[in-house]
Amino acid sequence: MSAETQTTAGEPEQQAPEPSRSRQVLREIAESSSMVVFMAIVASMIIGGVLIILADEAVQESAAYFFSRPGDTFAAIGDALGAAYSAMFNGAVLNLQAESFAAMIKPFTQTLTMATPLIFAGLGLGIGFRAGLFNIGAQGQILMGATFGAYIGFAFSLPWGLHLLLAVLGCALGGALWGFIPGVLKARTGAHEVIVTIMLNYVALYLVAWLLSLEAFQREGSDNPISPLVAETAQYPQILGVQFNLHLGFLLALACAWGVWWLMERSTLGFRLRAVGANPSAARTAGMSIGAATIITMVIAGALAGLAGSAPVLGTQKYLTDAVAGSIGFDAITVALLGRSRPLGIVLAAILFGGLQASGPSLQVNAGLPVDIVVVIQALIVLFIAAPPLVRWMFRLPSPAHEKEVAA
Amino acid sequence: MKLELRGITKRFGDFTANDRIDLLVEPGTVHALLGENGAGKSTLMNVLFGLYDADEGEVLLDDEPVVFAGPGDAMAAGIGMVHQHFMLVHPFTVAENVMLGHEDVRGPAKLLDLDAARAKVREISDRFNFNVDPDAVIEDLPVGAQQRVEIIKALSRDASVLILDEPTAVLTPQETDELLGIVKDLRDAGTAVVLITHKLREVKAVADTITVIRRGKVVGTAEPSATQEELASLMVGRAVSMRVDKEDATPGDTMLAVDGLTVVDAAGIVQLDHVSFEVKAGEILAIAGVQGNGQTELTEALIGVVSPDAGSASLDGDVITGRSIKDVLLSGIGFVPEDRTEDGIVANMTIANNLILDLHDQEPYAKGFALQPKVIADEARKHVEQFDVRATSIEQTAGSLSGGNQQKVVLARELSRPLKLLIASNPTRGLDVGSIEFVHKRIVAERDAGAAVIIVSAELDEVVALADRIAVMYHGRIVGIVAPDTDRDTLGLMMAGAHQEEAA
Amino acid sequence: MTATVADAPAAAASNAPIPPKKFGPAIALGVIALLSLVIFGLGTASGASTTFVIARPTDFFKIPSFTLPSQLAAILLSVVGLALAGWTAYRANQRRKVGLWVPVVYGMAIMGALLTWAGAGRDATSIQLTGLLTSSLFLAVPLVFGALAGTLCERSGIINIAIEGQLLAGAFLAALVASMVGNPYVGLIAAPIAGALVGLVLAIFATKYWVNQIVVGVVLNMLVLGLTSFFFSTVMTENGDLNQPLGMPKLAIPLLSKIPVLGPVLFNQNLLVYILYVVVAVLQIMLFRSRWGLRVRAVGEHPKAADTVGIQVNRTRVRNTVLGGAIAGLGGAFFTVASGLAFGKEMTAGKGYIALAAMILGRWSPRGALAAALLFGFADALRAQLGAIGSPIPSQFLAMFPYIATIFAVAGLVGHARPPASEGIPYKK
Repeated sequence: MSAETQTTAGEPEQQAPEPSRSRQVLREIAESSSMVVFMAIVASMIIGGVLIILADEAVQESAAYFFSRPGDTFAAIGDALGAAYSAMFNGAVLNLQAESFAAMIKPFTQTLTMATPLIFAGLGLGIGFRAGLFNIGAQGQILMGATFGAYIGFAFSLPWGLHLLLAVLGCALGGALWGFIPGVLKARTGAHEVIVTIMLNYVALYLVAWLLSLEAFQREGSDNPISPLVAETAQYPQILGVQFNLHLGFLLALACAWGVWWLMERSTLGFRLRAVGANPSAARTAGMSIGAATIITMVIAGALAGLAGSAPVLGTQKYLTDAVAGSIGFDAITVALLGRSRPLGIVLAAILFGGLQASGPSLQVNAGLPVDIVVVIQALIVLFIAAPPLVRWMFRLPSPAHEKEVAA
Repeated sequence: MKLELRGITKRFGDFTANDRIDLLVEPGTVHALLGENGAGKSTLMNVLFGLYDADEGEVLLDDEPVVFAGPGDAMAAGIGMVHQHFMLVHPFTVAENVMLGHEDVRGPAKLLDLDAARAKVREISDRFNFNVDPDAVIEDLPVGAQQRVEIIKALSRDASVLILDEPTAVLTPQETDELLGIVKDLRDAGTAVVLITHKLREVKAVADTITVIRRGKVVGTAEPSATQEELASLMVGRAVSMRVDKEDATPGDTMLAVDGLTVVDAAGIVQLDHVSFEVKAGEILAIAGVQGNGQTELTEALIGVVSPDAGSASLDGDVITGRSIKDVLLSGIGFVPEDRTEDGIVANMTIANNLILDLHDQEPYAKGFALQPKVIADEARKHVEQFDVRATSIEQTAGSLSGGNQQKVVLARELSRPLKLLIASNPTRGLDVGSIEFVHKRIVAERDAGAAVIIVSAELDEVVALADRIAVMYHGRIVGIVAPDTDRDTLGLMMAGAHQEEAA
Repeated sequence: MTATVADAPAAAASNAPIPPKKFGPAIALGVIALLSLVIFGLGTASGASTTFVIARPTDFFKIPSFTLPSQLAAILLSVVGLALAGWTAYRANQRRKVGLWVPVVYGMAIMGALLTWAGAGRDATSIQLTGLLTSSLFLAVPLVFGALAGTLCERSGIINIAIEGQLLAGAFLAALVASMVGNPYVGLIAAPIAGALVGLVLAIFATKYWVNQIVVGVVLNMLVLGLTSFFFSTVMTENGDLNQPLGMPKLAIPLLSKIPVLGPVLFNQNLLVYILYVVVAVLQIMLFRSRWGLRVRAVGEHPKAADTVGIQVNRTRVRNTVLGGAIAGLGGAFFTVASGLAFGKEMTAGKGYIALAAMILGRWSPRGALAAALLFGFADALRAQLGAIGSPIPSQFLAMFPYIATIFAVAGLVGHARPPASEGIPYKK
């Protein structure tokens, strides 16, 4: 494997003196990191397809007599893959069998709904990565955000507008608090944020479970640990009408994406966070405080993750349980990695993964496949994009020039 | 065992670290490899030790060519090396460190025979009077003792060639004397010792043969009877004589006053010892001295990167010690750090961003919380042009620039605001001749504009060319402040710790 | 050591670093013991009593249950805790460390006080001591295997966040293979293979592609979760024969299992638990007394030093990560074949992350991992028992205990958790 990589790495040097312009362009595309992302997605879809084939009953049955009638096996494979990928498309993008326009576009609105919390949390994690912090704690921050927001939502009655505003702020505050703890511990004692945030995820989980056992959080007439419904005044309005689940939270997420872009690229604070993340030593020599940057980063990251908690409690599910965070916190890590920690990339990655998740019910109903295949594909995509040399090797893509220098 | 290197060449990218180097080391002798930092001594020894592959040339042991794939091979062939940064596992004991890699074991589970290792350590320790306890944990030992452990490590593998890479860099004077005694004992026991150093006194004290390296090439050999001045001139070189056209200084009022500044490092070693001096507006004070004599600590304490344990410094009458780095910088101090890539630039940020690293939240680069991209870009273009930074665009990352251009970015940043004091550490290290001239001109211009300037440089030529006054540091102290026309012999002796009166 | 310093030149001696006095641990122990005294001791109604049941109907020797005056017992036990905190402070003042026995005895004293308090005045119910300890050990099994896996990887310099995935993969393959063959013991062979594969992927990404090891770990957990759930929902659901609840019988060791209290707890368990004893003992010895262990630890602390004496750094790391994965995989067998359960989606439920916590609290040693895992297992078992007798402490707080203890440890508030110096840093020549 290494020999292969080395020969491709050496190639640019032996290039013909005047490569044609079109070859040059092709090479640049092949070397670009977007190409790696694209190929990573393709590779993951292929491996996902292999799993689908392996698990398909018809394929297994026809494979039993593969040598007498191989055509049957290939037909079964084709059927299985066709069913799976068309179910994905129908479930996540457009429902082509639908009778009305509304039903046709409903899957895509569902995709955007699922993408909403991923955008919020992905943005938070992305800020952390760029500031050099590895926050595994989005899960706990989402839970705490959801708890604060839901409590404001069901325990008070306030006028329209104000109630929603306060509930949303509550979500941000809850998450920020849960981000502040690892931030301050890292800044003051050097405690590794990865370990602390993992542990805080569980502390949050049990804290919420305990709260839900208290009268103040318990839904009347229910023995299950679920909270009362959030008041309508604190719910996100459904922006495309009641037949779609898409709610105002999505627009808020887009606004946050713009806000994060502005913060990181256009504000003095973002400048400091980037500098500290890229070279703490130089940042310190230029007069920046590493500790302050650490705490601020974790607070902002936590607040954004907390806002991700608003999507279920104020938007879709509308009440609090200890499972309200689902796997958003971990999915968001993959979103931030795939989106290369940049707001636009995160929005696109969140929509991709939101779409994969939105296609779950359709996969189940139309292709008889469990939604777990989506998790596999998601994990594979991130694994591949984390190791560009692996993807380049798999698809025989040339290495970009700068990596060659690093290798030398 | 006789060791011979023939025509060793090692390149890193475009940079040639070793250029056709020949070296012959006879058994029972001490061969000193003398050269400034960055001259290519350590690279050469890493090639010899199998850590790097040479691009050209060969290594011969007792006239037989050998090829080492890794350090394991080199050690098996009888070459031992004491690295400048000790290769000791801190939580391990002395015996464990010594046995690592060639352990005595018992039984099928290959359990460690610590008794055998202890005995070996004691035997060698007693033979050379090292006083090392085999059961002491490395991190509890002072550096001098750690170094003796490194030597035991090499000897326990029956090394007949022992390479010591800058062995005295971290030692106190007493520890240094002890080490030199050990080196003599080893030589007398028949070991071939290669001593890599830039310290003339040590070379004079123990070397039998001296090879001087400059910029990756052997520039000469000398007998130990050569004077320190002869060695120094070989080492530093006078081929490129540095001339800076400058008027005489017209010093104004005292700008910086340093009083009894003292820094003790985390390990409890006094790095800066009650340093007091003054610098006036419009003059350049150059700090000369062999690297590692407290210069780094002095600049860092002035900027606030390390907080002094005693003493104070004031700028234009205001105390600057004990304040935040940001405060200090904004009070009118420019700082060009010693390690450009570590402390000077953020490699994956753009040139434009690197130019405002310290001023990013000040007018006109920011209004409130908002950066002003247009202003930043305009100013960046101006600075890039003014300082002749060779780049295709200001949006290029600073890491993609050559060292010289990175340094120009740092200078452009630090000189872009009105300064009361400029502190520059080795501002021209690793730069080509053209860039050096440019940097020197800018520094003199800053002086002429009325700033006080402190230059720290390990290169005597640079010190002499730039300075209006020269302060010489040795072991954390200033041994004297002299005029720039002081003769080099005197400066050289002062750099070895002699006071001005003794030196002159 | 002292001799060296004394003989060294005066200057050198003064250069020797003086470690600061660390009173953090002592203060923390003292505060908790004081709280115990106030809440468990003084908070118990005087005159109440607590009954501890030790014997079980099947025991050979019958030890009578004993009843203690609750308040007095809780106060005495808390005072023992306070005394140990004082001892820790005394040693800290001399810059000396305390032995492992201090935290162990301290933990037992405070837990005892807690139990006495919780069981006070409940005549109808009593504290089932033997049952409590047995389930503590049982619940600790996957944590010990997981923590050992983490220890092996991190000692060589690779951060293993993928313990959770390795446990889950082991649980899955154990159930699958055991069901196919119809023999639970075959599952114990299959489980480590699954874990080792996950470890191999982690090792390759970490040493060959230099990918951030935390990223790989998190993503591998996700990947294993997705894969096992996918095959569970498809292949296993379509064909129930591939996922049967096969149990391993308890094997009572003659004589030893008859020892009161300890016998049934330690020596009447299934094969996996006995394997656990062996693995802990062997790793403890090998890691700290063998050539292999010395080299592994050198690679994790100072890879360049290891390289300069001819040790292959990346090869060592890959081997250790694969071996660690195999051990975690074996621990995964606990969830299925060793518990007599069929495989279920996400059945490890975060145990891999508690194992990570046990590794840290156990200070990266097999012995410590065992102790920490037992403590966590005890907290878990206690939760079940207190839930049964209706305790005044919400069970969620007991569930939080391992995580909070770990946060305290990494923040340096209790003890000093120092990871291998070079963990997480790829070794590039």
